[in-house]
Amino acid sequence: MAVTDVTEKTFADEVLMADRLVVVDYWADWCSPCKQLSPVIDELSREYGDVKFVKVDTNANPGLAAEQGILSLPTLQFFQGGRVAKSLSGGKTKNALKKAIDELR
Amino acid sequence: MTTIHEVIIIGSGPAGYTAAIYAARANLKPVIFEGALESGGALMNTTEVENYPGFPQGIDGPDLMANMRAQAERFGAQLITDDVASARLEGPVKSVTDSEGVEYLAKTVILAMGSGYRKLGLPDEDRLSGRGVSWCATCDGAFFRDKPIAVVGGGDSAMEEATFLSRFGSKVVIVHRRDELRASKIMIDRATRDPKIEFAWNSAIDSINGESAVESITLRDVNTGEQRDLEINGLFIAIGHDPRSELILGQVDTDEEGYVLVQGRTTATNIAGVFACGDLVDHSYRQAVTAAGSGCSAALDAERYLQAVDQVA
Repeated sequence: MAVTDVTEKTFADEVLMADRLVVVDYWADWCSPCKQLSPVIDELSREYGDVKFVKVDTNANPGLAAEQGILSLPTLQFFQGGRVAKSLSGGKTKNALKKAIDELR
Repeated sequence: MTTIHEVIIIGSGPAGYTAAIYAARANLKPVIFEGALESGGALMNTTEVENYPGFPQGIDGPDLMANMRAQAERFGAQLITDDVASARLEGPVKSVTDSEGVEYLAKTVILAMGSGYRKLGLPDEDRLSGRGVSWCATCDGAFFRDKPIAVVGGGDSAMEEATFLSRFGSKVVIVHRRDELRASKIMIDRATRDPKIEFAWNSAIDSINGESAVESITLRDVNTGEQRDLEINGLFIAIGHDPRSELILGQVDTDEEGYVLVQGRTTATNIAGVFACGDLVDHSYRQAVTAAGSGCSAALDAERYLQAVDQVA
């Protein structure tokens, strides 16, 4: 499944109200580790059909990033039932991310 | 049977990619492990690289690395975006295993894992990492718009981070243990001219404070022992690097700091057919251009070793 863009307007519907595990990838175009993480997230989204993957451009949505307490890029938040079950920041290997998803799913 | 490659290169900074370019052009079909997530090495977190020869107007670190990668690929290097989980380097055929457990064999291995950020070693550093504690100004600087920021360190990277961060922060305090900087003159001048940058000299950080995000740091004057709190929301750590030699410790000889030891002016390690280059080896120069130069040497050393081995066989 494709990784869709979520904005300040759609975050509540797409993430908080979702009926399954949601992985939110916070990124910005100036962040080179983010650019290396995004293809990994794309791959994971194809491998996990039952998990929803979305991304937030923190540059276009600074209010949302501030509201979620994002102070570092890349950050991944794992939402379950409208609350953050896990949060990871900095570079992570694909295997580390799979492990995190498998634990929550 | 598993293919026995001529060369495996571990690491994807200027050293690793340059080794790949030379090895590929020598028709050695190198396999290069770029890392599962962070390829490109230390330059990926820089903004502009102004001292790499051939770029009179400077070039962005990530662009420079993308160019080197494309150049290696053009000549037939096989790029693998994964980490190496383990390596067995003794003997005529070396074995390298990736994070999925797949084994690769080669007659030579070039080590170019570079170095990683050094931590302060304070108790709350990991807890507040990503919550105000950062090692990447270009990634995280924008989250500290109009907020007070501190940068720890006295070298070029600390000056670069401080100068970059001053466009965001309400002020930037450079915290340094000594009363003089080891940064280059041009970088010091740039920082001291910046009206938003202040210096806290002779200051060590005793603690990083804050519940869910950084609120302040406690500084100690190294001469008088006097403590004071400095209110900041962002703490950028630029106190240097440590070599990433964990993978090969116990097999390849290193010095007490973990830098791989090489023989004379070559890149040869204590193990025949294993070569090392870049920041993994170098504690004195540590520049993109010196790393690239030593990557070239490693590829040539590996090529000569292979010729000698093939003649005997």
